[in-house]
Amino acid sequence: MITRRTALMTAAVAAAAPTVLSKAATASDESMTPAGASVDLSNLPRKKVKLVSPPFVHEHDQVAKGPPSVVEFEMLIVEKEHEIDEYGTMLQGMTFEGTIPGPLMVVHEGDYVELTLINPPENQMQHNIDFHSATGGLGGGALTLVNPGEKTVLRFKADRPGTFVYHCAPGGPMIPWHVVSGMSGAIMILPRDGLKDENEKPVSYDKVFYIGENDFYIPKDESGDFKRFEDIGSSYGDTLEVMNGLIPTHVVFNGKVGALTGENALKASVGDNVLIVHSQANRDTRPHLIGGHGDLVWETGKFNNPPQRDNETWFIRGGSAGAALYKFKQPGVYAYVNHNLIEAVSLGATAHFIVEGDWNNDLMAQVLPPSPLERDVTSAYKSKKALP
Amino acid sequence: MLEKLSIPLALLTVLSLIAYNQWGTSSQKFSLAAPELTTVAPGTYHHRQSGEFLRSGRPVDAPMIEVDFRQAFQIMKYQVSRAEYARCIADGACQLTFGQANVSEGKADNRPVTGVSYADAVDYARWLSRKTGIAWRLPTDAEWAYAAGSRFFDDATNLETDPNDPSRRMLSKYKQSIELDREADPVVRPRGGFGANERGIFDMSGNVWEWTETCYQRSRLDEAGNVEPADEGNCGVRVVEGRHRSYMTFFVKDAKSGGCAVGTPPDYLGFRLMVQEKPALLSVQPIGEWLKANL
Repeated sequence: MITRRTALMTAAVAAAAPTVLSKAATASDESMTPAGASVDLSNLPRKKVKLVSPPFVHEHDQVAKGPPSVVEFEMLIVEKEHEIDEYGTMLQGMTFEGTIPGPLMVVHEGDYVELTLINPPENQMQHNIDFHSATGGLGGGALTLVNPGEKTVLRFKADRPGTFVYHCAPGGPMIPWHVVSGMSGAIMILPRDGLKDENEKPVSYDKVFYIGENDFYIPKDESGDFKRFEDIGSSYGDTLEVMNGLIPTHVVFNGKVGALTGENALKASVGDNVLIVHSQANRDTRPHLIGGHGDLVWETGKFNNPPQRDNETWFIRGGSAGAALYKFKQPGVYAYVNHNLIEAVSLGATAHFIVEGDWNNDLMAQVLPPSPLERDVTSAYKSKKALP
Repeated sequence: MLEKLSIPLALLTVLSLIAYNQWGTSSQKFSLAAPELTTVAPGTYHHRQSGEFLRSGRPVDAPMIEVDFRQAFQIMKYQVSRAEYARCIADGACQLTFGQANVSEGKADNRPVTGVSYADAVDYARWLSRKTGIAWRLPTDAEWAYAAGSRFFDDATNLETDPNDPSRRMLSKYKQSIELDREADPVVRPRGGFGANERGIFDMSGNVWEWTETCYQRSRLDEAGNVEPADEGNCGVRVVEGRHRSYMTFFVKDAKSGGCAVGTPPDYLGFRLMVQEKPALLSVQPIGEWLKANL
């Protein structure tokens, strides 16, 4: 008997098939069970980490307290509908741990990441996970393809420090579709002795926030309203069409327009050193803090490179995660945006920081409040053109 | 001086002609019946003024003023509906709305029209005046507030401005906007969906904000708190009334935004009109608008 689910999975494999002919290797056509000399990690300490929902990050040490360890994580893959703007537009979402983006994982260089990936039977699709921080096996994608009702455990060594994207990559057009449906997140691998500035001087943060940026492609009906779909499978065809046009209908932080504004605005105090980890699994972006800066910016996110200093805007390449450290010096409301301002204002890529503290008039003062003009400037408009 | 005086005289003459034409003839030649109206009784009203007020260059809450409505006025019981607006589009007198492909003639859609700018509202008032033989215009901010009664939101922050810390007011206004924020309410409800206020006017301060005639104005207070004579204001920006007061550039049809600007934008922009009663010299500005629109 062909159920809706098996029909969908057949479709998924069929969709992936053309890539066998192309050069792109995908998880489903390279799925494998590796053989090799076994590694004995039984002497390493193990610890379990409970992930938390973005923009927050699970508790962690900035400087590693002991020798490398095996850090165990568990992630549940959840296919469910997500509201992505204040107008009730719905995305048939696919997520790690039910959130868009998936949670930020933090370990130290030399640690082993051991992830249990669970695909509950309630889901319709095959899924896997590709860690940009992992080495071999398509970043783990080739070893982790799980059907609904299955689980798998992947271990990889965090052999280089930095912020890295992870995402689902189940083959062919399923790859971008799963990613633009919400299946991405990031991992931060800290140097064992913590972060350092461009002069190798240790630096630390008082707070860390994880911002995952997503581009969504929601199909519209004949009257121009966003369509809502019965389930993930029925959203596929139309979404693929919009997606292949490369013009997103929404560009958002943390899954929804306004997810990080108003009540959910990020909070800090003057003097706080705040680390912002920003990931985009699919498309380039350029974060900018209006009224602030990036004191130290690891634009590519890789901590073995010296950070750039005093950036106004920094570039996050599609498929990467970067990190920026900033000490707030002035109270007020700050907007943290993708500085393609159309995407920030019209498509949604805006977050707010609410910063409490004392105003510093040395840094900024209003010398003259808005006042009537006392000078005639009409001559500047002499050649002004307009339609009759 | 003579020249200055002669303008109001000419205006008066024109106005009386209009009054004769608009209020003195039978309705036979007019193709549309007037929409349902509610009469707002005369009275005095303490109004939190719109606009920005500066004392010693620092923003402060707008002063309260007493507004005396000596005459009753008539205002639309409901916001202008999609079906009503569609007729104006079909007549070629109104622009298409933003994001509403479904606004079309004959659809009997009584939900309020949304996605309309101040300019669209003025176009509609001009068209409706022609069709009904009644002079229509947008209410001023004070008229809207008086009509709204308990549905009017007083946007005072009640915060003493700290001259040395402009961030305090910024933060407190942001917090106010958070408190004002409510459950996401993206569905435009059918006419009457937000109920009537105590004056029997429906849907005020629902999720469709309403354009007013009032221009954005920045005023200065002297040390004693008296308002100094103000300039004419910036009429490129108009007051929009609803669950909270907002200011919008006149050609904006969609207030939606990702929220880069601090504060909560209106969900939707719509409007309701009121009857321009017998021209009163007290409200010269709306008449001026009306003249521009109709002559």
